[in-house]
Amino acid sequence: MTTAPLLEMRGISKGFPGVKALDNVSLTIGRGEVVAICGENGAGKSTLMKILGGVHQPDAGEILIDGQPVKINGVNNSIRLGIAFIHQELNVLGNLDVAANVFLGREPKNALGLIDRKKIHATTSPFIRQLGLEVSTRTRLDNLSIAQQQMVEIAKALSLNSRLIIMDEPTSSLTLTETKRLLELVCELSEQGVSIAYISHRLGEIEECADRVVVLRDGKNAGELTHGEASHDRLVNLMVGREIKNFYVQPSGTKTPGYFKVRNASSSLHPGKNVSFDAARGEILGFAGLVGAGRSEMAKAISGLEDSPQQEIILDGQPLSIGSPRDAIDHGIYLAPENRRTEGLVVEMTVRENISLPSLENFSSLGLINRKHERKIAAEQVKSLNVKTPGIETRVLNLSGGNQQKVVLGKWLAMTPKVMILDEPTRGIDVGAKAEIYRLMRELADGGAVILMISSDMEEILNVSDRIAVMHEGEISGVLERADCREENVMQLAVGKKIPAAKPAFVN
Amino acid sequence: MLLVVLCATVVGMELFSQYQEIRDFKEAHPDIQEFQKLHPDEKVPTFKLPRFLSQANLVNTGNLIGLFGIFSIGVGMVIITGGIDLSIGSMIALNGMLLVLALTEWHWPWPLAALFALAVPMLLGLGHGLLITRFKMQPFIVTLCGLLLYRGFARRISHDTTKGFGDAAGFKTLQFLAGGKFLGLPMPFVILIVIAIIMWIVLHRSVYGRYLFAVGRNEEATRFSGVNTQWVVASTYILAGLLTGISGILFAFYTNSVSPSTHGNFYELYGIAAAVLGGCSLRGGEGSVVGILIGTTLLLVLQNLVNLLGIDSSLNFAVMGAVVLVGVLADQLFQARSAKKNARQPK
Repeated sequence: MTTAPLLEMRGISKGFPGVKALDNVSLTIGRGEVVAICGENGAGKSTLMKILGGVHQPDAGEILIDGQPVKINGVNNSIRLGIAFIHQELNVLGNLDVAANVFLGREPKNALGLIDRKKIHATTSPFIRQLGLEVSTRTRLDNLSIAQQQMVEIAKALSLNSRLIIMDEPTSSLTLTETKRLLELVCELSEQGVSIAYISHRLGEIEECADRVVVLRDGKNAGELTHGEASHDRLVNLMVGREIKNFYVQPSGTKTPGYFKVRNASSSLHPGKNVSFDAARGEILGFAGLVGAGRSEMAKAISGLEDSPQQEIILDGQPLSIGSPRDAIDHGIYLAPENRRTEGLVVEMTVRENISLPSLENFSSLGLINRKHERKIAAEQVKSLNVKTPGIETRVLNLSGGNQQKVVLGKWLAMTPKVMILDEPTRGIDVGAKAEIYRLMRELADGGAVILMISSDMEEILNVSDRIAVMHEGEISGVLERADCREENVMQLAVGKKIPAAKPAFVN
Repeated sequence: MLLVVLCATVVGMELFSQYQEIRDFKEAHPDIQEFQKLHPDEKVPTFKLPRFLSQANLVNTGNLIGLFGIFSIGVGMVIITGGIDLSIGSMIALNGMLLVLALTEWHWPWPLAALFALAVPMLLGLGHGLLITRFKMQPFIVTLCGLLLYRGFARRISHDTTKGFGDAAGFKTLQFLAGGKFLGLPMPFVILIVIAIIMWIVLHRSVYGRYLFAVGRNEEATRFSGVNTQWVVASTYILAGLLTGISGILFAFYTNSVSPSTHGNFYELYGIAAAVLGGCSLRGGEGSVVGILIGTTLLLVLQNLVNLLGIDSSLNFAVMGAVVLVGVLADQLFQARSAKKNARQPK
């Protein structure tokens, strides 16, 4: 019996010009162990994993696998050592089928020198079945959901006989049920002896599935917690190195029910279904549901980004006609969309240009931009939102995720939001920035805005929302009052079951 | 920078060849005074002003820069939004042909004819814009079809024969506006400068200009910010049509006749090459009016060089191709280097 753990990293250091990304970091992962790696953005998690994946080479330190020292010089090298890396942005080709993706780059050839299609399909299907994926190996990847595509990546890792699978933010694009399924799968894999290195910002998941949590801070080991010790507060304290008070802020403002009414918002995703609800001025109304429940589409319909012919929107008793995004913006209805980089920001442009984009016409005369005013507004937002950026002329591309999200908010806060819709506001954002965003949302609500928050992060939806509207297949299946906001209630409604706690979404 | 180097090269090469001539002459005839006595009719070579710097050459090059620069700015705007316009050359042919016909055969008053010659390309541009934004067709395909269609129209309406202004009268003012001189500068160059100043303000100082860059970088995010991106995209094709119309009128007077099958051939490629050489990215979101002007000047000086240095004119396009390739490659390498530098900086 070998006593050496599967993987041991000792005293790993790695510097980039101007920054020490890792300083004497150690990490041990046993066989079949699930080790969560936690830390704020920039703590060194990715660098550490990239060293394992062969993308970076360490400046100092040693790596042992089965007690034997190894050098990981490249990605192929890492694969050969039994390490598989599943990136947050999946590396799959949508135009190829499942089997072709699994065998990409190592296709077996038949006598004619062509791809042996029979063999790749025959080899792939047991792995697909093992993962409980009910699709044919001939399905094109772009016909699968993100969660299924992720399973294909895991199947690929298994087919490579990987003994350690690194998962970087694997649940960031998954629905609640998909997340549950993935966490179960992580347990199953570990029972089969596969080790998992699990990177996530979602502390709830970490508490649930990790045998051990390794926390990094500023490129150093900040501490380790075992499964029993890991709690939300202890993790946050280790990550930030100080106590974050009031992570979730309680409301203090007054609420005006019925201030914002939406009737019959629909989308092409669920034809024939529609969404109606009332939201109070001063409240944060959370929207929970599975991915594909139509939450983002509803948000787009309200914001005039999607056709919704039957829709009626009433703000403060005034019916509004919203036919284009401009109309919604002119009425003070703003959307901070789900995909920051593709929908929320023009990342190649500067902080200044992004913040001023929706309000540009408000401070221009004869079509010419008042540049002084523009700079002033951008600088104000950067200051009030505490955006960490070298300056307003920095390209948004160069900011961290949390700061990018603040720039998205700055775009809208430069005007006066009456209804602020936030779609997955803290996805991929570290703990410190999350707390700031929650505080900001609460300030906005207390200041008299309506906040609609779409989130797939269970912990977030339960703790931040004043009420939760749960959606199921294009309709609201029920609204939970603060006292009934519990995970099981949300889950029941999300799959379309009726529960007594659920209240109707609106009164006529 | 590249432009200065290029001009200096042209002048230098000319001076060098003059120097060679003088040196060879001196070697052959060590005693120059003797030679002059024996051959009083033959000239002794001396240094002259390089032909590149001669007034005639500068005026002509300036004229061409004006002609090509105007539509290149239009193409540049389209490219900044991430589109492309391949129909320029054919539009110039169609436009020129309509102008000649309107003035000489239909005997329209010149202001009407000129307006017509501006309206047609703008309408065609609007058509491109609608096909691209409403029907989600790719700009390359839409304008490629335009390239084929408009050339065909131009040839059909003229029965494929060359039409000239000849000695038809009644549009002296237009002739002056297109081919005259202002303060000693050729009119097209003057018009280009005026347009460039206007377009500089539009692109770099106006809300509309900001929207062009934003749409070119990320149309979706721009739409989410409440900008009518479909209109922004479509408008650039109309703008390109307008600028092409203006330069089409000038071209018609420059050549004084329009041969429907060759007039304006490949001009779209000049425009694209000038824009790209001037720093526009075909991925969209990058470019400047000054860059496009420099790009155009570079291309035309280059052509001038090919002529002046007696390089076989069949190599004309090859030289142009090589310079665009080297220019863009250099830019690419430079950007990759600075990107690397940025990436290394701590966040």
